[in-house]
Amino acid sequence: MPKTLAEKVYEAHVVRSTPGEPDLLYIDLHLVHEVTSPQAFDGLRAAGRTVRRPDLTMATEDHNVPTLDILAPIADPVSRAQVDALRANAKEFGIRLAPMGDRDQGIVHVIGPQLGLTQPGMTIVCGDSHTSTHGAFGALAFGIGTSEVEHVLATQTLPQYRPKQMSVTVDGELAPGVSAKDIILAVIARIGTNGAAGHVIEYRGSAIQALSMEARMTICNMSIEAGAKAGLIAPDQTTFDFLQGRPHAPRGADWDAAVAHWSTLRTDEGAVFDSEVVLDASTLTPFVTWGTNPGQGLPLSERVPDPADIADEGERRAAEQALAYMGLTPGTPLTEIEVDTVFLGSCTNGRIEDLRVAAELLRGKRVDAGTRMLVVPGSVGVKSQAEAEGLDKVFLEAGAEWRGAGCSMCLGMNPDQLKPGERSASTSNRNFQGRQGKGGRTHLVSPSVAAATALTGRLTAPADLIGA
Amino acid sequence: MDAFTTHTGTAAPLRRSAVDTDQIIPAEYLKRITRTGFEDGLFVAWRTNEPDFVLNQPEYADASILVAGPDFGTGSSREHANWALLDGGFRVVISSRFADIFRNNSTKSGLLTVVLPQAEVEALWAAVEADPATPVTVDLRAKEVSYGSTTVPFEIDDYVRWRLLEGLDDVGLTEKHVDDIEAFEAQRPAWLPRALPAV
Ligand code: SF4
Repeated sequence: MPKTLAEKVYEAHVVRSTPGEPDLLYIDLHLVHEVTSPQAFDGLRAAGRTVRRPDLTMATEDHNVPTLDILAPIADPVSRAQVDALRANAKEFGIRLAPMGDRDQGIVHVIGPQLGLTQPGMTIVCGDSHTSTHGAFGALAFGIGTSEVEHVLATQTLPQYRPKQMSVTVDGELAPGVSAKDIILAVIARIGTNGAAGHVIEYRGSAIQALSMEARMTICNMSIEAGAKAGLIAPDQTTFDFLQGRPHAPRGADWDAAVAHWSTLRTDEGAVFDSEVVLDASTLTPFVTWGTNPGQGLPLSERVPDPADIADEGERRAAEQALAYMGLTPGTPLTEIEVDTVFLGSCTNGRIEDLRVAAELLRGKRVDAGTRMLVVPGSVGVKSQAEAEGLDKVFLEAGAEWRGAGCSMCLGMNPDQLKPGERSASTSNRNFQGRQGKGGRTHLVSPSVAAATALTGRLTAPADLIGA
Repeated sequence: MDAFTTHTGTAAPLRRSAVDTDQIIPAEYLKRITRTGFEDGLFVAWRTNEPDFVLNQPEYADASILVAGPDFGTGSSREHANWALLDGGFRVVISSRFADIFRNNSTKSGLLTVVLPQAEVEALWAAVEADPATPVTVDLRAKEVSYGSTTVPFEIDDYVRWRLLEGLDDVGLTEKHVDDIEAFEAQRPAWLPRALPAV
């Protein structure tokens, strides 16, 4: 029977399958960070258990870490205690940790691919919903809760039910200034913030194949914002080229064996998806969210919607609540919305390509006087690469702040936060109420829209800068 | 985890859709390393900023069943959201649709999630708004929600139900299959990556 890519990867990892019970799935790589792991390690200790495969487990410090003075002790005692707990747990259970200051440190979903630990056909989990990012390599990668973190630490497996299959096909060519972020925001606006619940999404079509690995990661990253269990893309030459030579990528004869296997990882002709979405890339323009969930988005050329036009009562109420929180008036052109802060970073758009795109727009220009721009590389590796290319200077000369690596203002667990009522254009993935700081208002955008917005102080498409 | 068989309590109507886990408990409350004590973060922004918020109303303050709009628990994988609801006195959340990770986490932490059609959710909202003291019973054995003269059946996976009824720990169940795990490990390709040793 023809199979989808996700089915192939799933089936290759079934340890045990019995009718009436969930399948037991083997996990090839378990990534760990400080926020969702301490209670799992406590659970192991309480039950006298060990970590079954420390060699398939890797930890990093990312959510709490300050992005200034990173070599000083963390000022917030509660954040510090959480990071200290991870350090102690990694030591006690023999897990490799990339602590603050380490060259491998960074956001968990940035360092996995960067180190070559993320490879096609693997199963990858992390106590973090954006684990879907790793699906860009053709891996089945998904977020889990702390109880499941404990389960994987103890057994290297997870009880799982077969997910449903959804295909999102994007054909056609993207216009200049339109990016992977706009594709995924358009997809989420189409299917809704939980529209892919219970499904794994496979992104396919010529527009997806044309994307770089960084751009594919941006797309897969936000699968969870459509409620999907995971998102993935079939590996191809772009994938292999990205991986070759990375620290944990196979070498020599192993590389050849791996590539031979990876080349089989694609959906068979005639495989059936439970649902299908089709998008034409050539019709897309820069996208932005106006509300408080990632499904509440529109092309930047449009106006703030009027809830009165929404037929469904639940959605209308949600739109009213969102606009009240966002302090927006129906009918306002989105490009007239002024922002206080621009945040460039996160596991969605904190990779080198994202920084390059933004730097190119900022080169030789100045960030608007009333706007602050925070640039936070996704990892120490990205930061060093950007500095080697001189991008840090471009940002600094434009008046932006150049910070250390971490999650930062994506969720404001460290001091990088919006103040109540402040508005941001952010390249991260969630515009939930208070996500970037209590009372903060978030508009999700691509890196190029973020940079263009920083220059004008209001939501701006890069194409509108010409002549500005 | 505590076993769940049947629960009777009062219900709070949360007329909001797509309640994300950042609303259930914001990130600043996730810095703790304990597994309990998260009630102070539960819906804290709405409790603080919205006097009309349902849980600020004295008649719903002791509710143990939360009846929410569709797509409850979207967003972050934080199990702290489930812990916060349990710490805040809830044993059951009812909605027409849940986010996957939230629902899955619930089966591990002993918070029961019950899916009812939106029309039934609306009927339950109306009943508990008309009389907040209405006792609501959620019976996992019978797979039924009942209040007043109404009884509504619900579906739940048999295996999940069995685990919840027995209060069983997944890790212990999986450890019985260690032979299968070892056999699987023996045939994994040698080129698969290892995080150790650091290179
Ligand atoms: S960057 Fe944001 S979304 Fe990504 S892992 Fe960090 S907090 Fe989560």
